[in-house]
Amino acid sequence: MEAKFHFPDPSVIKEELINKYPAKVAKKRGKSIVINDPETVPEVQANVRTVPGIITQRGCSYAGCKGVVLGPTRDIVNIVHGPIGCSFYAWLTRRNQTRPETPTDENYITYCFSTDMQEENVVFGGEKKLKVAIQEAYDLFHPKSIAIFSTCPVGLIGDDVHAASREMKEKLGDCNVFGFSCEGYRGVSQSAGHHIANNGVFKHMVGRNNAPVEGKFKLNLLGEYNIGGDAFEIERIFEKCGITLVASFSGNSTVGAIENSHMADLNVILCHRSINYMGDMMETKYGIPWMKVNFVGAESSAKSLRKIAEYFGDAGLKARVEEVIAEEMPKVKAIIDEIRPRTEGKTAMLFVGGSRAHHYQDLFSELGMTTVAAGYEFAHRDDYEGREVLPNIKIDADSKNIEELKVTPDPELYNPRKTEAELEELKSKGLEINGYQGMMKQMEKRSLVIDDVSHYESEKLIELYKPDIFCAGIKEKYVVQKMGVPLKQLHSYDYGGPYTGFEGAVNFYKDIDRMVNNPVWKLIKAPWEKEAGSLEASYVTQ
Amino acid sequence: MAREGLTINPAKTCQPIGAMYAALGIHGCLPHSHGSQGCCSYHRSTLTRHYKEPVMAATSSFTEGASVFGGQANLLQAIETIFTVYDPDIIAVHSTCLSETIGDDLQQITKKAKDDGKIPEGKYVIYASTPSFVGSHITGYANMVTGMAEQFSVSTGEKKEQINIIAGWMEPSDMREIKRLSKEMGVKIVLFPDTSDVLDAPQTGKHELYPKGGVTVSELQSSGDSICSLALGCISAEPAAIALEKKHKVPFETLDMPIGLSATDRFVMSLSKAAGVAVPAEITAERGRLVDVMADMEQYFHGKKVALFGDPDHLIPLTEFLLDLNMKPVHIVSGTPGQRFDKRMQEILERAPYANFKNGLNADMFLLHQWIKNEPVDLLIGNTYGKYIARDEDIPFIRFGFPILDRIGHSYFPNVGYSGSLRLVEKILSALMDRQDRTCLEEKFELVM
Repeated sequence: MEAKFHFPDPSVIKEELINKYPAKVAKKRGKSIVINDPETVPEVQANVRTVPGIITQRGCSYAGCKGVVLGPTRDIVNIVHGPIGCSFYAWLTRRNQTRPETPTDENYITYCFSTDMQEENVVFGGEKKLKVAIQEAYDLFHPKSIAIFSTCPVGLIGDDVHAASREMKEKLGDCNVFGFSCEGYRGVSQSAGHHIANNGVFKHMVGRNNAPVEGKFKLNLLGEYNIGGDAFEIERIFEKCGITLVASFSGNSTVGAIENSHMADLNVILCHRSINYMGDMMETKYGIPWMKVNFVGAESSAKSLRKIAEYFGDAGLKARVEEVIAEEMPKVKAIIDEIRPRTEGKTAMLFVGGSRAHHYQDLFSELGMTTVAAGYEFAHRDDYEGREVLPNIKIDADSKNIEELKVTPDPELYNPRKTEAELEELKSKGLEINGYQGMMKQMEKRSLVIDDVSHYESEKLIELYKPDIFCAGIKEKYVVQKMGVPLKQLHSYDYGGPYTGFEGAVNFYKDIDRMVNNPVWKLIKAPWEKEAGSLEASYVTQ
Repeated sequence: MAREGLTINPAKTCQPIGAMYAALGIHGCLPHSHGSQGCCSYHRSTLTRHYKEPVMAATSSFTEGASVFGGQANLLQAIETIFTVYDPDIIAVHSTCLSETIGDDLQQITKKAKDDGKIPEGKYVIYASTPSFVGSHITGYANMVTGMAEQFSVSTGEKKEQINIIAGWMEPSDMREIKRLSKEMGVKIVLFPDTSDVLDAPQTGKHELYPKGGVTVSELQSSGDSICSLALGCISAEPAAIALEKKHKVPFETLDMPIGLSATDRFVMSLSKAAGVAVPAEITAERGRLVDVMADMEQYFHGKKVALFGDPDHLIPLTEFLLDLNMKPVHIVSGTPGQRFDKRMQEILERAPYANFKNGLNADMFLLHQWIKNEPVDLLIGNTYGKYIARDEDIPFIRFGFPILDRIGHSYFPNVGYSGSLRLVEKILSALMDRQDRTCLEEKFELVM
């Protein structure tokens, strides 16, 4: 039974959220704050510049490129070309777990590499120092790959990281060196960096190794970064089902696997925002279709497994998937039955990421909780409204600056895994082949959808809705908790997880139960603040 | 292998985060990062992880256009938006490598903001130039503290019976302890910056965008009239003291940060002399308690080798304290450059000619790790990133400095003063003794230690 949340009048709320802004800002923010209707799906302004001075959750292009997409691959030496800070802040802070097969396998995840650019490098150019750094990294570690990441000053002073990389790649011979122009000022958020990363990985890594891969059902997992061990749980489930994971982009991944990834027969996409480019490019060049799945939520995981089995169209796989689900679900159900009475009817708000604010709604719904407002930090309209709006998205100056690779079918390796007719048939069965429905169709009527929520708006939302839990990131964590509302971090998981698959769902249920029912929230007021006691002394001297 | 191009596992970060931290120590101030969004986001995240507290700051949100045409329009719009929406008393703007590379002039832009009427009456915008490609986070801190001294201080011509204490980069708990010691001594001080009651705010059920702590504008203004300044740290605090001397002829003395016995002794003596007050018996007793423990437990410190890394104004007194404890600081690394730092360390290391010390470029934790592999140590002291070395080499580890991302305590319990030093002694002892208890032979397992 759904305990329905009675939504306050959203137009009143919207007015409250923007009335303090200067007029121009209010007008702009108004377009990013939308009252949802899952039937008609109104337009959301997204992927536009944040107004300077607004306290935003957003980060930069470098964060999206190095931090998100390239960071989790364990055997690349990632050298950040720039002043020290950029590399320092991205050092281990995203919790990308990795599991080398042997203790001696290359693993650079715990390292932080930087050219530590100095004033003289900014004045006279830093390419020379960069090349020295690449040589030193090679001499010390002999890695298979070295990736170079440009930070803001690099683009401005005109250092050519691509030329430097090419030169060093040739010089070193057995090390693949490549660069990313992911300066922090590119685009309007991390999202630009995702796109730049996809382009670079596609150009410089995918397709370098054509060795055949063993296995009957071979797929790549795209947009899964193994935060808190999420990829480990998905790997466990795939293995149990007999599905071969060729490469993950990029949680718990290796250079070798990514270079060989075009040998898979399907790409499944978790985080649509950060990796959809890769899905499209691999489809065009190699003929591998991609399909949107979601392994956040037990029901969603089961559904995604069934979709994968349906894609491969193999009776044995379908049967095995059903067996696995039948084996996993009772454990999940036992926990949810115990927890749900304590979470039923509670409310959640999610403002995070480019897909998490959507996916985690599945888990909350399994807990009987309603998402009253949600939004992304760096998504585009298609992540809200669905990919059918893609042709209508206006390309503005900030997006134009991000390279769009011209991809054509590979003369030798292009091999459509399914015919057009087969794909159409799969789509008719509800598989999101090369498609994504977006967040809004799943959200309730009158709920609020807000892109790039500001600090001011989130505080107002909490005052007005008093949600039982708020999901965002580290910068918001203690602000919200100071207001007496627990905040679940959905970037770092508050150092817990995994939250994917069946075991992950159980972890999440337990964490949310603990958070929303924690006695600490009732201890905030001191006893003497609760009751105005008499100030007369209890004991007096005679 | 000596490296010239590649830094591996840095023992420093960049200037702007230091400026942001310093600005949080002004009451009613919103720090503002003039650069692309990532800088502000990274600095807020790191400070938040370190303090487990809200860290509010705004950004100029540069895009490619601003990077080409200059960031003036972004900063002017930011100032207007911030005063309208977030209503601080002060905006403290710091630059970034991006805005420095394109040559944005913060002084000129803030003047324009004032001329254009974008700064409401009674409100302030201060600024500091903090290019990330110079110095370190410590430099950025010093630059913002200098900025607040220069841009707020006035001299009325009449001296005030008060002493400026310029805090080097220290924790809110340390600042609280400096205030307690000064109060105990009966000395009126202006402490800046002051992040106590800002980054250690109580849970009240309400989020205060501007918590009750922080040095006030009127206190900062009065710093030009103070009888003198004591700068606690030759790298992170002295530049502000120099600025006040230049501008208002406020004499100053630079001290090591009062961490450990000797440095605290010098601080207490200097404060006592500057104010012309006797050191109260209670402080002498505090000192006595520290020396008592140092004497009683001396056997456990003697000859123990220590590796440490971090920031200049911490490493200087910490190294001295380790020597006072009869320990051996054998490896010391800091990414922060500075001749004053070198010189002061050389003075202290006269008592430890065996020590490896390197700071500045390529003085990083990878080098420290190599040194440790060559000459193992009994104890490692440094920020959270040290835990990887500690685990690899199985070394007892004490978290000290910035950032500490995986433990609490630094915001609440000081490292400065005699009581802070006593806490350090306790930490060192516990780390060494826990190790002994965990690894010693069964028959050597001691009940009484």
